[in-house]
Amino acid sequence: MSGINDFVIKFATVNGSGSASANTMFAKTVFRMGIPVSPKNIFPSNIQGLPTWYEVRVSEAGYVARRDGIDIMVAMNPQTYANDVAELVPGGWLVYDSTMPRLWQRSDITVVGLPIAEICARIWKDARQRQLFKNMVYVGALTALLDMDVKVLEGVVADQLKGKEKLLAANMQAVEIGRQYAQENFECPLPIRVRHADGTKGKIMVTGNEAAGLGAVYAGASVCAWYPITPSTSLAEGFEKHARRFRVTKDGKRNYAIVQAEDELAAIGVAIGGGWNGARSFTATSGPGISLMSEFLGLAYFAEIPVVLYNIQRGGPSTGMPTRTGQPDIISCAYASHGDTKHVLLFPANPTECFSMSADAFDLAERLQTPVMVMSDLDIGMNDWMTDEFAWDDARMADRGKVLSHEELENFAKVKGKPWGRYLDIDGDAIPYRTLPGTHETMGSYFTRGTSHDEYARYTEDGRIHARVVDRIRRKFDTAATLVPKPEIDIRDPACKTGLIYFGANRPAVLEGLDYLERDGIKLNSLRLKAFPFTQEVLDFCAAHDRIFVVEQNRDAQMRQLLMVEAEVPLDKLISALNYDGTPMTAEFVRQTVRRHLQPAKAEAAE
Amino acid sequence: MTYITKPIAHHPALPRNALGLTHRDYEGSMSTLCAGCGHDSITAAIIEACYQMDLPAHRIAKLSGIGCSSKAPTYFLGRSHGFNSVHGRMPSVTTGANMANRDLYYIGVSGDGDTASIGLGQFTHAVRRKLNMTYIVMNNGCYGLTKGQFSATNDKSSPSKKGEANPFDAIDLCQMAIQLGAGFVARSFSGDKKQLIPLIKAAISYKGFAFLDVLSPCVTFNNHPASTKSFDYVRAHNMAVENKLDYVEPKEEITVSYEEGTTTAVELHDGSRLILNKLDQGHDFRDPDEAILTIRRNAKQGQVATGLLYVNEAGTDLHDVLQTPDRPLNGIPVAELCPGSAALASVNARFR
Repeated sequence: MSGINDFVIKFATVNGSGSASANTMFAKTVFRMGIPVSPKNIFPSNIQGLPTWYEVRVSEAGYVARRDGIDIMVAMNPQTYANDVAELVPGGWLVYDSTMPRLWQRSDITVVGLPIAEICARIWKDARQRQLFKNMVYVGALTALLDMDVKVLEGVVADQLKGKEKLLAANMQAVEIGRQYAQENFECPLPIRVRHADGTKGKIMVTGNEAAGLGAVYAGASVCAWYPITPSTSLAEGFEKHARRFRVTKDGKRNYAIVQAEDELAAIGVAIGGGWNGARSFTATSGPGISLMSEFLGLAYFAEIPVVLYNIQRGGPSTGMPTRTGQPDIISCAYASHGDTKHVLLFPANPTECFSMSADAFDLAERLQTPVMVMSDLDIGMNDWMTDEFAWDDARMADRGKVLSHEELENFAKVKGKPWGRYLDIDGDAIPYRTLPGTHETMGSYFTRGTSHDEYARYTEDGRIHARVVDRIRRKFDTAATLVPKPEIDIRDPACKTGLIYFGANRPAVLEGLDYLERDGIKLNSLRLKAFPFTQEVLDFCAAHDRIFVVEQNRDAQMRQLLMVEAEVPLDKLISALNYDGTPMTAEFVRQTVRRHLQPAKAEAAE
Repeated sequence: MTYITKPIAHHPALPRNALGLTHRDYEGSMSTLCAGCGHDSITAAIIEACYQMDLPAHRIAKLSGIGCSSKAPTYFLGRSHGFNSVHGRMPSVTTGANMANRDLYYIGVSGDGDTASIGLGQFTHAVRRKLNMTYIVMNNGCYGLTKGQFSATNDKSSPSKKGEANPFDAIDLCQMAIQLGAGFVARSFSGDKKQLIPLIKAAISYKGFAFLDVLSPCVTFNNHPASTKSFDYVRAHNMAVENKLDYVEPKEEITVSYEEGTTTAVELHDGSRLILNKLDQGHDFRDPDEAILTIRRNAKQGQVATGLLYVNEAGTDLHDVLQTPDRPLNGIPVAELCPGSAALASVNARFR
């Protein structure tokens, strides 16, 4: 049983009932009390009426992965009562609306019945208010049950209601009613509760999509095109929100341009047009959008046009699970489009990296003149994460890559010893020099095309030239491997020959799992991938370990496949740990998967 | 193909425009289309229009999709950047390019397959967005590169070369463009230079979406006697709504005299004018409904209405909607676009 500042509380509610903002306020209050917190919104692909859940893990130790085993269930949705109650750990608490009293089938839990509907019907006349304040009543009851600081909650509510201040009093009245009822009818606080702590210094609570949108503003992106698709929509909206704040000139002009395109094909087309013309351009999408954008990605790859694509992954295949998380697009993005293609991928692990890797993505796209995909997912993108606050180094200069100015074009042959050719490798890094339309009256114009071309951008059907050009583009990938972010490596035991490779949103679950394994007597070295192509560090790590677990959220072990093909790691070395049920990974999953291999007898006994 | 290079030398006495450039400076590489292709005539008209307008070629971007028509940009304006994108997607690429740099002239070249079939969605939305560009469809009613299949603009009555009937109704791109809010809509014929060149000039000068549907017979697959897209048919059924079109440069004076009451001047955004001598007195090219009616009335009689079909002189464009500054976005340094570390303090505070 969990205890002070260490528990999981889950809210089971109905979509569209206004519970989301109340639940967010609950989590934010815990956060502002200085306790590390991790909320996960488990929502349906629906606007109103279907069940939705909000899981909040409270962990003073700082573990922010999702954890199975619910200590407190706030069951507000009769549709899901049976399953919700079953999820409670023995000794857990069930909070429910007892306006319609129920008999519960479990004797190993404590039931806290709050007649919420009855209270709300008595106090508020308006039907919408009755509905909305229900949520604040249970939050109020929780402040008593969990010993939460009401002053802190009030601050959170006030911030949430900025611009609608007159609603503050009514909301706090609802909180007070719930609080009083709990105090009068139950022994408060429960043994499981919160207490002011010191674990959130330097942290913020933010979604990855908003962070990435802000990151694109900081990276200097000025052209954005997108098409609404869950779970990526809030990224473009985040960009717009922050651009509106930071990019509007004194005379009201906007130093950015956003188009909501007619579909994903157009969205990437617009971004490519912008990149071709020298603006930092991007789009954001999810699974089905990647399929639709594939043809254009091949064009940008072959014609060598910088563009950034944020892929906020969700459960596939096909429409799959639009509101559940996953990492199922690794292969489809790494090799997006027909023909021989290969793309640069970045793997942020949290909103802080969604912000910082945005600048990396635009730098890499322009340096390498190719699409760069930022592989986030629904968990990072749409959940509030407790994450390191954003930091920006003002000394950082954007890398705009090899773009020739008017003067550089005129002096090119003199300086480089060769006349300029759009696709000519002058520097030996396989990256040619590009020009932008309108640069020079007579020099530097060329024809961008998806058809085969020679080093001077001229159409060709000569197979030898074609092979030469695609070989050079492949070599560009070697250059990419020297430029992409290096992995995060954690050597817990230099003598240990067993390693674990992971990436993206699984970071909290893996780090926590590795801690547990260490307690189990298993020390593992780990490497978190931040990018594809794989850097030398990744190859070295694979060479240094005999057995490597590869942790990912897809059925087909896609990162393992990539390691086999692109890093030439022998397949029997790589053991998959796969979770693809659409929920964020838990530390226990990591721990058990590893133990089943390394301590089969013990693992069986434990299960 | 571009490996067939044209000689650089040219006659020293070739006339030069205000920029000191000759006609040759506006040409591209040798055409690889079939001899007699209508598209080559349109190419020549574009070259002529740009030369006469004294346009600096490097300030023009030419974009296309896929198909015979989309190859054409290689054959004109060799000093301009070109972009041969993917099939039917020229409008989105042009949208992005235009968003990044509003200062260039954008000429999009497409075909009837590229626009009326695979790219219909992108075409309609570029119109809706009032993208500031000249959109030229080289319309021959068939797919040339894949050997003559019907396209969606081929008339239902018009059979294939082998005599197969076309079972489907045609899409009229001009009617569609007007209905979707294009500011400038014209139809012309590749064989009518006198009409085509002033229309291209006016389209380039127009601020907003300027659409030009140019009937451009496919000499190889759709020029047989029964085809309604053949040279002979179009010539015989070309019903120009104006008998004379004159493009007058911004600072130029109107010197031509016209018969009182039949002449109208269309004011274009850059100060240039298009002087029209109307032939079809029932045609009001400032009224979108009337313009559509003119097209339909003529079509009913088996005629093709050509000329300036519709214009909205109070043109707006996407940048007005986006409220972007006058200077191009691609010219703003990243350092100026980045809010910097100081601004992050308040951002972080909001997330605490």
